Amino acid sequence: MKNFFDFLVRQYFFFLFLLLEVIAIIMVVQNNYYQRAAFINATNETTGSFLSTINSISQYFSLVDANHKLSEENARLLSESRKFRKANDTRVYISHDTVYSQEYEFVSAKVIKNSTNKRNNYLTLDKGSKQGIEKDMGVITSTGVVGIIKDVSLNFSSVTSILHKDSKISAKIKKNSQLGTVIWGGGDYQYGELIDIPTHVKLVIGDTVITSGYSTSFPEGIMIGKVSDFKIDKGDNFYTITIKFNTDFNSISYAYVIKNIMKKEIDQLNKDIPND
Amino acid sequence: MINVVSRNILRMIFLVIFQVAVLDNIQVGGYINPYMYILFILLLPFETPKWLLLLSAFFLGLSVDMVSDTLGIHTAACVFMAFCRPGVINLISSRQEYEIGISPTVRDLGFKWFFSYALILVVAHHIPLFFLEVFSFHEFFQTLLRIGLSIIFTMFLLLLSQLITYRPKK
Repeated sequence: MKNFFDFLVRQYFFFLFLLLEVIAIIMVVQNNYYQRAAFINATNETTGSFLSTINSISQYFSLVDANHKLSEENARLLSESRKFRKANDTRVYISHDTVYSQEYEFVSAKVIKNSTNKRNNYLTLDKGSKQGIEKDMGVITSTGVVGIIKDVSLNFSSVTSILHKDSKISAKIKKNSQLGTVIWGGGDYQYGELIDIPTHVKLVIGDTVITSGYSTSFPEGIMIGKVSDFKIDKGDNFYTITIKFNTDFNSISYAYVIKNIMKKEIDQLNKDIPND
Repeated sequence: MINVVSRNILRMIFLVIFQVAVLDNIQVGGYINPYMYILFILLLPFETPKWLLLLSAFFLGLSVDMVSDTLGIHTAACVFMAFCRPGVINLISSRQEYEIGISPTVRDLGFKWFFSYALILVVAHHIPLFFLEVFSFHEFFQTLLRIGLSIIFTMFLLLLSQLITYRPKK
Protein backbone atom coordinates (compact mmCIF):
# COMPACT_ATOMS: atom_id res chain seq x y z
CA MET A 1 0.00 0.00 0.00
CA LYS A 2 2.81 2.35 0.89
CA ASN A 3 4.48 1.62 -2.40
CA PHE A 4 1.28 2.44 -4.17
CA PHE A 5 1.07 5.84 -2.50
CA ASP A 6 4.73 6.46 -3.24
CA PHE A 7 4.00 5.70 -6.84
CA LEU A 8 1.06 8.12 -6.85
CA VAL A 9 3.17 10.88 -5.29
CA ARG A 10 6.05 10.32 -7.69
CA GLN A 11 3.80 10.38 -10.71
CA TYR A 12 1.47 13.07 -9.36
CA PHE A 13 2.05 15.28 -12.40
CA PHE A 14 0.60 12.69 -14.72
CA PHE A 15 -2.33 11.82 -12.46
CA LEU A 16 -3.22 15.45 -11.83
CA PHE A 17 -3.15 15.95 -15.58
CA LEU A 18 -5.42 12.97 -16.05
CA LEU A 19 -7.83 14.18 -13.41
CA LEU A 20 -8.13 17.71 -14.82
CA GLU A 21 -8.45 16.39 -18.35
CA VAL A 22 -11.27 14.06 -17.34
CA ILE A 23 -13.07 16.92 -15.63
CA ALA A 24 -12.74 18.99 -18.80
CA ILE A 25 -14.02 16.21 -21.06
CA ILE A 26 -16.98 15.61 -18.76
CA MET A 27 -17.80 19.31 -19.05
CA VAL A 28 -17.60 19.14 -22.84
CA VAL A 29 -19.98 16.21 -22.99
CA GLN A 30 -22.39 17.69 -20.50
CA ASN A 31 -22.40 20.98 -22.32
CA ASN A 32 -23.10 19.27 -25.60
CA TYR A 33 -25.87 16.94 -24.62
CA TYR A 34 -27.53 17.95 -21.41
CA GLN A 35 -28.62 21.04 -19.70
CA ARG A 36 -25.73 22.50 -17.86
CA ALA A 37 -25.23 22.18 -14.14
CA ALA A 38 -26.79 24.83 -11.97
CA PHE A 39 -23.54 26.41 -10.84
CA ILE A 40 -22.61 27.26 -14.38
CA ASN A 41 -25.90 29.04 -14.86
CA ALA A 42 -25.11 31.08 -11.79
CA THR A 43 -21.75 32.11 -13.19
CA ASN A 44 -23.47 32.90 -16.44
CA GLU A 45 -24.85 35.98 -14.68
CA THR A 46 -21.34 37.17 -13.94
CA THR A 47 -19.98 36.54 -17.40
CA GLY A 48 -23.19 37.93 -18.84
CA SER A 49 -22.75 41.29 -17.19
CA PHE A 50 -19.09 41.24 -18.18
CA LEU A 51 -20.07 40.62 -21.80
CA SER A 52 -22.64 43.39 -21.81
CA THR A 53 -19.98 45.80 -20.57
CA ILE A 54 -17.74 44.85 -23.47
CA ASN A 55 -20.68 45.07 -25.82
CA SER A 56 -21.67 48.51 -24.59
CA ILE A 57 -18.24 49.69 -25.68
CA SER A 58 -18.01 47.85 -28.96
CA GLN A 59 -21.54 48.69 -30.08
CA TYR A 60 -20.47 52.28 -30.68
CA PHE A 61 -18.54 51.09 -33.67
CA SER A 62 -21.62 49.65 -35.32
CA LEU A 63 -24.16 52.28 -34.27
CA VAL A 64 -24.60 53.63 -37.78
CA ASP A 65 -25.33 50.22 -39.18
CA ALA A 66 -27.69 49.27 -36.36
CA ASN A 67 -29.59 52.53 -36.66
CA HIS A 68 -29.92 52.05 -40.35
CA LYS A 69 -31.34 48.58 -39.94
CA LEU A 70 -33.76 49.62 -37.22
CA SER A 71 -35.07 52.53 -39.22
CA GLU A 72 -35.49 50.29 -42.23
CA GLU A 73 -37.49 47.90 -40.15
CA ASN A 74 -39.55 50.71 -38.68
CA ALA A 75 -40.40 51.85 -42.15
CA ARG A 76 -41.44 48.37 -43.17
CA LEU A 77 -43.60 47.88 -40.09
CA LEU A 78 -45.22 51.26 -40.57
CA SER A 79 -46.09 50.41 -44.11
CA GLU A 80 -47.68 47.19 -42.91
CA SER A 81 -49.65 48.90 -40.21
CA ARG A 82 -53.34 49.08 -40.91
CA LYS A 83 -53.50 52.73 -39.95
CA PHE A 84 -51.70 53.66 -43.13
CA ARG A 85 -53.73 51.53 -45.45
CA LYS A 86 -56.62 52.53 -47.54
CA ALA A 87 -59.72 50.39 -47.24
CA ASN A 88 -60.28 48.62 -50.51
CA ASP A 89 -63.92 47.77 -50.18
CA THR A 90 -66.80 48.65 -48.00
CA ARG A 91 -67.56 45.19 -46.73
CA VAL A 92 -66.66 44.70 -43.13
CA TYR A 93 -65.13 41.52 -41.80
CA ILE A 94 -65.62 41.08 -38.12
CA SER A 95 -63.08 38.87 -36.50
CA HIS A 96 -64.20 37.62 -33.17
CA ASP A 97 -61.57 36.90 -30.59
CA THR A 98 -62.87 33.39 -30.39
CA VAL A 99 -61.98 32.73 -34.01
CA TYR A 100 -58.44 34.09 -34.11
CA SER A 101 -56.26 34.17 -31.08
CA GLN A 102 -52.70 35.24 -30.91
CA GLU A 103 -50.28 32.36 -31.30
CA TYR A 104 -46.89 34.05 -31.12
CA GLU A 105 -45.40 36.80 -29.04
CA PHE A 106 -42.10 38.53 -29.76
CA VAL A 107 -39.58 39.72 -27.22
CA SER A 108 -36.92 42.04 -28.54
CA ALA A 109 -33.40 41.53 -27.21
CA LYS A 110 -29.97 42.95 -27.73
CA VAL A 111 -27.20 40.63 -28.90
CA ILE A 112 -24.28 41.12 -26.53
CA LYS A 113 -22.07 38.37 -27.89
CA ASN A 114 -21.94 36.76 -31.27
CA SER A 115 -19.49 34.70 -33.26
CA THR A 116 -19.34 33.32 -36.78
CA ASN A 117 -15.76 32.09 -36.96
CA LYS A 118 -16.09 28.80 -35.07
CA ARG A 119 -17.53 25.46 -36.06
CA ASN A 120 -20.13 25.84 -33.31
CA ASN A 121 -21.32 29.37 -32.83
CA TYR A 122 -23.39 30.81 -30.01
CA LEU A 123 -24.99 34.16 -29.34
CA THR A 124 -25.77 35.74 -25.98
CA LEU A 125 -28.87 37.90 -25.53
CA ASP A 126 -29.55 40.41 -22.78
CA LYS A 127 -32.98 38.97 -21.92
CA GLY A 128 -33.61 35.95 -19.74
CA SER A 129 -36.20 34.04 -17.73
CA LYS A 130 -37.28 37.29 -16.07
CA GLN A 131 -38.61 38.40 -19.44
CA GLY A 132 -40.27 35.05 -20.02
CA ILE A 133 -37.66 33.47 -22.25
CA GLU A 134 -37.42 29.70 -22.12
CA LYS A 135 -35.27 26.99 -23.60
CA ASP A 136 -36.01 25.97 -27.22
CA MET A 137 -37.65 29.24 -28.23
CA GLY A 138 -36.78 30.48 -31.70
CA VAL A 139 -34.68 33.60 -32.32
CA ILE A 140 -35.02 35.73 -35.45
CA THR A 141 -34.05 39.14 -36.74
CA SER A 142 -35.92 41.30 -39.18
CA THR A 143 -34.00 39.54 -41.96
CA GLY A 144 -34.52 35.93 -40.93
CA VAL A 145 -33.85 33.01 -38.66
CA VAL A 146 -30.91 33.19 -36.22
CA GLY A 147 -31.13 30.18 -33.92
CA ILE A 148 -32.73 28.52 -30.92
CA ILE A 149 -32.43 29.36 -27.22
CA LYS A 150 -30.06 26.95 -25.50
CA ASP A 151 -29.77 28.14 -21.90
CA VAL A 152 -31.53 30.77 -19.87
CA SER A 153 -30.38 32.54 -16.75
CA LEU A 154 -32.27 35.25 -14.92
CA ASN A 155 -31.26 38.14 -17.18
CA PHE A 156 -29.38 36.53 -20.04
CA SER A 157 -29.86 33.72 -22.48
CA SER A 158 -27.56 31.91 -24.86
CA VAL A 159 -28.59 30.93 -28.35
CA THR A 160 -27.41 28.02 -30.45
CA SER A 161 -26.83 29.76 -33.75
CA ILE A 162 -27.94 28.24 -37.04
CA LEU A 163 -24.14 28.15 -37.58
CA HIS A 164 -23.72 25.10 -35.35
CA LYS A 165 -23.08 21.47 -36.16
CA ASP A 166 -26.16 20.31 -34.22
CA SER A 167 -28.50 22.95 -35.59
CA LYS A 168 -31.32 21.61 -37.75
CA ILE A 169 -34.06 23.99 -38.84
CA SER A 170 -37.17 22.54 -40.43
CA ALA A 171 -37.62 24.49 -43.67
CA LYS A 172 -39.50 24.49 -46.93
CA ILE A 173 -39.18 25.96 -50.39
CA LYS A 174 -41.65 28.78 -50.57
CA LYS A 175 -43.01 28.25 -54.06
CA ASN A 176 -43.88 24.54 -53.78
CA SER A 177 -43.84 23.87 -50.04
CA GLN A 178 -41.31 21.04 -50.36
CA LEU A 179 -40.11 20.13 -46.91
CA GLY A 180 -36.41 19.96 -46.02
CA THR A 181 -33.91 20.71 -43.29
CA VAL A 182 -31.39 23.54 -43.15
CA ILE A 183 -27.99 22.67 -41.70
CA TRP A 184 -24.58 24.34 -41.67
CA GLY A 185 -21.50 22.45 -42.83
CA GLY A 186 -18.91 24.84 -41.48
CA GLY A 187 -16.72 27.21 -43.44
CA ASP A 188 -18.30 30.33 -44.85
CA TYR A 189 -20.91 31.73 -42.49
CA GLN A 190 -22.95 33.13 -45.35
CA TYR A 191 -23.84 29.76 -46.86
CA GLY A 192 -25.76 26.79 -45.47
CA GLU A 193 -27.20 23.59 -46.87
CA LEU A 194 -30.75 22.49 -47.49
CA ILE A 195 -31.11 18.72 -47.36
CA ASP A 196 -33.90 16.18 -47.88
CA ILE A 197 -35.38 17.77 -51.00
CA PRO A 198 -36.19 14.91 -53.45
CA THR A 199 -34.82 15.18 -56.99
CA HIS A 200 -38.17 15.26 -58.78
CA VAL A 201 -38.81 18.75 -57.45
CA LYS A 202 -37.97 21.52 -59.93
CA LEU A 203 -35.57 24.06 -58.52
CA VAL A 204 -34.36 27.43 -59.74
CA ILE A 205 -31.45 29.42 -58.35
CA GLY A 206 -32.92 32.17 -56.22
CA ASP A 207 -35.81 30.11 -54.80
CA THR A 208 -36.75 31.34 -51.36
CA VAL A 209 -36.33 29.02 -48.37
CA ILE A 210 -38.55 29.72 -45.36
CA THR A 211 -39.37 28.03 -42.07
CA SER A 212 -41.93 25.27 -42.28
CA GLY A 213 -43.86 25.99 -39.12
CA TYR A 214 -43.72 22.31 -38.18
CA SER A 215 -41.50 22.91 -35.18
CA THR A 216 -42.87 24.83 -32.26
CA SER A 217 -39.87 27.16 -32.24
CA PHE A 218 -40.65 29.13 -35.39
CA PRO A 219 -43.88 30.24 -37.02
CA GLU A 220 -44.37 29.39 -40.65
CA GLY A 221 -42.87 31.63 -43.30
CA ILE A 222 -39.87 33.19 -41.57
CA MET A 223 -37.16 33.89 -44.13
CA ILE A 224 -34.04 31.70 -44.00
CA GLY A 225 -32.27 32.28 -47.30
CA LYS A 226 -32.19 31.80 -51.04
CA VAL A 227 -31.01 28.85 -53.11
CA SER A 228 -27.64 29.81 -54.55
CA ASP A 229 -26.54 26.49 -56.04
CA PHE A 230 -27.83 22.94 -56.36
CA LYS A 231 -26.69 19.63 -57.77
CA ILE A 232 -27.59 15.96 -57.74
CA ASP A 233 -24.85 13.57 -56.70
CA LYS A 234 -24.73 10.36 -58.71
CA GLY A 235 -27.17 7.77 -57.43
CA ASP A 236 -28.61 10.13 -54.87
CA ASN A 237 -32.33 10.65 -54.43
CA PHE A 238 -31.92 14.04 -52.87
CA TYR A 239 -30.50 17.33 -54.04
CA THR A 240 -27.39 18.85 -52.55
CA ILE A 241 -28.53 22.44 -52.20
CA THR A 242 -26.46 25.40 -51.09
CA ILE A 243 -28.40 28.33 -49.74
CA LYS A 244 -27.24 31.85 -49.00
CA PHE A 245 -28.54 33.01 -45.65
CA ASN A 246 -30.63 36.13 -45.79
CA THR A 247 -29.27 37.26 -42.42
CA ASP A 248 -25.76 38.60 -42.20
CA PHE A 249 -24.77 36.76 -39.05
CA ASN A 250 -21.71 38.85 -38.55
CA SER A 251 -23.64 42.07 -38.01
CA ILE A 252 -26.57 41.09 -35.81
CA SER A 253 -27.17 43.62 -33.07
CA TYR A 254 -30.84 43.14 -32.22
CA ALA A 255 -32.96 40.01 -32.31
CA TYR A 256 -36.47 38.85 -31.47
CA VAL A 257 -37.24 35.82 -29.35
CA ILE A 258 -40.43 34.03 -30.36
CA LYS A 259 -42.77 32.83 -27.68
CA ASN A 260 -45.21 30.24 -28.91
CA ILE A 261 -48.28 30.58 -26.74
CA MET A 262 -49.69 27.27 -27.95
CA LYS A 263 -46.41 25.39 -27.48
CA LYS A 264 -47.53 23.55 -24.35
CA GLU A 265 -50.64 22.32 -26.06
CA ILE A 266 -48.76 21.14 -29.15
CA ASP A 267 -46.05 19.46 -27.09
CA GLN A 268 -48.69 17.71 -25.04
CA LEU A 269 -50.25 16.36 -28.22
CA ASN A 270 -46.94 15.31 -29.73
CA LYS A 271 -45.94 13.52 -26.58
CA ASP A 272 -48.54 10.87 -27.25
CA ILE A 273 -47.29 10.15 -30.76
CA PRO A 274 -44.95 7.15 -30.64
CA ASN A 275 -41.47 7.99 -31.84
CA ASP A 276 -40.32 5.55 -34.48
CA MET B 1 8.10 36.38 -5.29
CA ILE B 2 4.80 38.20 -4.73
CA ASN B 3 5.76 40.40 -7.62
CA VAL B 4 6.05 37.42 -9.98
CA VAL B 5 2.73 35.95 -8.86
CA SER B 6 0.78 39.16 -9.22
CA ARG B 7 2.40 39.91 -12.56
CA ASN B 8 1.28 36.53 -13.88
CA ILE B 9 -2.25 36.92 -12.54
CA LEU B 10 -2.54 40.34 -14.18
CA ARG B 11 -1.20 38.91 -17.42
CA MET B 12 -3.80 36.14 -17.29
CA ILE B 13 -6.69 38.58 -16.76
CA PHE B 14 -5.46 40.84 -19.52
CA LEU B 15 -5.01 37.99 -22.01
CA VAL B 16 -8.45 36.51 -21.33
CA ILE B 17 -10.14 39.89 -21.81
CA PHE B 18 -8.10 40.57 -24.94
CA GLN B 19 -9.00 37.14 -26.33
CA VAL B 20 -12.72 37.48 -25.73
CA ALA B 21 -13.14 41.14 -26.54
CA VAL B 22 -10.89 41.42 -29.57
CA LEU B 23 -9.54 38.19 -31.02
CA ASP B 24 -12.78 36.20 -30.91
CA ASN B 25 -14.35 38.83 -33.15
CA ILE B 26 -11.83 38.42 -35.92
CA GLN B 27 -13.60 37.01 -38.93
CA VAL B 28 -11.77 35.82 -42.01
CA GLY B 29 -13.84 33.41 -44.06
CA GLY B 30 -14.80 31.26 -41.10
CA TYR B 31 -11.42 29.61 -40.89
CA ILE B 32 -9.04 31.73 -38.89
CA ASN B 33 -9.43 32.18 -35.18
CA PRO B 34 -6.21 32.98 -33.32
CA TYR B 35 -5.92 31.98 -29.67
CA MET B 36 -3.31 34.22 -28.18
CA TYR B 37 -4.34 33.78 -24.54
CA ILE B 38 -2.12 30.69 -24.27
CA LEU B 39 0.81 33.09 -24.10
CA PHE B 40 0.10 32.96 -20.37
CA ILE B 41 1.12 29.30 -20.16
CA LEU B 42 4.15 29.92 -22.37
CA LEU B 43 5.44 32.73 -20.17
CA LEU B 44 5.02 31.07 -16.77
CA PRO B 45 8.43 31.02 -15.08
CA PHE B 46 10.58 27.88 -15.32
CA GLU B 47 10.45 27.49 -11.54
CA THR B 48 6.64 27.10 -11.50
CA PRO B 49 5.75 23.90 -9.62
CA LYS B 50 4.19 21.35 -11.94
CA TRP B 51 0.90 21.12 -10.07
CA LEU B 52 0.54 24.90 -10.22
CA LEU B 53 1.26 24.80 -13.93
CA LEU B 54 -1.60 22.36 -14.52
CA LEU B 55 -4.02 24.14 -12.20
CA SER B 56 -3.39 27.58 -13.66
CA ALA B 57 -3.83 26.19 -17.17
CA PHE B 58 -7.08 24.63 -15.99
CA PHE B 59 -8.43 27.93 -14.69
CA LEU B 60 -7.18 29.84 -17.71
CA GLY B 61 -9.10 27.50 -20.02
CA LEU B 62 -12.14 27.52 -17.78
CA SER B 63 -12.37 31.30 -17.78
CA VAL B 64 -12.16 31.49 -21.57
CA ASP B 65 -14.72 28.68 -21.81
CA MET B 66 -17.23 30.34 -19.53
CA VAL B 67 -17.19 33.57 -21.48
CA SER B 68 -17.32 32.01 -24.93
CA ASP B 69 -19.93 29.40 -23.98
CA THR B 70 -17.81 26.44 -25.04
CA LEU B 71 -17.55 24.72 -21.70
CA GLY B 72 -14.64 22.30 -21.34
CA ILE B 73 -13.06 22.67 -24.76
CA HIS B 74 -10.45 25.28 -23.95
CA THR B 75 -9.94 23.75 -20.52
CA ALA B 76 -9.04 20.37 -21.99
CA ALA B 77 -6.72 21.90 -24.59
CA CYS B 78 -4.94 24.14 -22.08
CA VAL B 79 -4.40 21.34 -19.58
CA PHE B 80 -2.96 19.16 -22.31
CA MET B 81 -0.68 21.95 -23.42
CA ALA B 82 0.53 22.54 -19.85
CA PHE B 83 1.16 18.82 -19.51
CA CYS B 84 3.40 18.93 -22.57
CA ARG B 85 5.36 21.99 -21.45
CA PRO B 86 8.02 20.41 -19.17
CA GLY B 87 8.74 17.75 -21.78
CA VAL B 88 9.10 20.32 -24.55
CA ILE B 89 11.43 22.46 -22.46
CA ASN B 90 13.65 19.44 -21.77
CA LEU B 91 13.57 18.50 -25.42
CA ILE B 92 14.76 21.81 -26.87
CA SER B 93 16.98 23.21 -24.12
CA SER B 94 20.56 22.31 -23.54
CA ARG B 95 21.62 22.26 -19.93
CA GLN B 96 23.68 25.42 -19.85
CA GLU B 97 20.80 27.64 -20.96
CA TYR B 98 18.89 26.61 -17.92
CA GLU B 99 19.88 29.12 -15.29
CA ILE B 100 17.98 30.49 -12.35
CA GLY B 101 16.18 33.76 -13.01
CA ILE B 102 15.74 33.13 -16.71
CA SER B 103 12.26 33.34 -18.19
CA PRO B 104 11.01 31.61 -21.36
CA THR B 105 11.10 34.66 -23.61
CA VAL B 106 12.84 35.77 -26.79
CA ARG B 107 14.85 38.19 -24.68
CA ASP B 108 16.41 35.53 -22.47
CA LEU B 109 16.70 32.53 -24.75
CA GLY B 110 16.71 33.88 -28.28
CA PHE B 111 14.32 33.89 -31.19
CA LYS B 112 15.04 30.38 -32.41
CA TRP B 113 14.49 28.82 -29.02
CA PHE B 114 11.24 30.68 -28.43
CA PHE B 115 9.95 29.94 -31.90
CA SER B 116 10.30 26.17 -31.60
CA TYR B 117 9.09 26.22 -27.99
CA ALA B 118 5.97 28.19 -28.91
CA LEU B 119 5.26 26.28 -32.12
CA ILE B 120 5.25 22.84 -30.49
CA LEU B 121 3.01 24.00 -27.66
CA VAL B 122 0.63 25.90 -29.95
CA VAL B 123 0.22 22.72 -32.00
CA ALA B 124 -0.39 20.76 -28.78
CA HIS B 125 -3.10 23.26 -27.89
CA HIS B 126 -4.83 23.78 -31.24
CA ILE B 127 -5.21 20.15 -32.31
CA PRO B 128 -7.21 19.02 -29.25
CA LEU B 129 -9.09 22.31 -29.23
CA PHE B 130 -10.42 22.14 -32.77
CA PHE B 131 -11.17 18.44 -32.73
CA LEU B 132 -13.03 18.74 -29.44
CA GLU B 133 -15.03 21.59 -30.87
CA VAL B 134 -16.09 19.59 -33.92
CA PHE B 135 -16.31 16.43 -31.77
CA SER B 136 -16.03 14.06 -34.72
CA PHE B 137 -13.63 13.11 -37.48
CA HIS B 138 -16.23 13.67 -40.17
CA GLU B 139 -14.81 16.91 -41.46
CA PHE B 140 -11.22 15.80 -40.90
CA PHE B 141 -9.44 17.75 -43.62
CA GLN B 142 -11.52 20.85 -43.21
CA THR B 143 -10.65 20.82 -39.52
CA LEU B 144 -6.96 20.29 -40.32
CA LEU B 145 -7.06 23.31 -42.60
CA ARG B 146 -8.61 25.43 -39.86
CA ILE B 147 -6.00 24.19 -37.39
CA GLY B 148 -3.15 25.01 -39.77
CA LEU B 149 -4.36 28.50 -40.56
CA SER B 150 -5.08 29.31 -36.93
CA ILE B 151 -1.64 28.06 -35.87
CA ILE B 152 0.00 30.45 -38.32
CA PHE B 153 -2.08 33.33 -37.07
CA THR B 154 -1.54 32.51 -33.38
CA MET B 155 2.22 32.16 -33.88
CA PHE B 156 2.30 35.50 -35.65
CA LEU B 157 0.58 37.19 -32.72
CA LEU B 158 2.77 35.47 -30.14
CA LEU B 159 5.96 36.57 -31.88
CA LEU B 160 4.56 40.05 -32.36
CA SER B 161 3.80 40.31 -28.65
CA GLN B 162 7.39 39.30 -27.92
CA LEU B 163 8.67 42.02 -30.23
CA ILE B 164 6.45 44.67 -28.66
CA THR B 165 7.52 43.84 -25.10
CA TYR B 166 11.16 43.33 -26.10
CA ARG B 167 13.60 45.13 -23.88
CA PRO B 168 17.30 44.57 -24.44
CA LYS B 169 19.24 43.03 -21.60
CA LYS B 170 20.92 45.41 -19.20
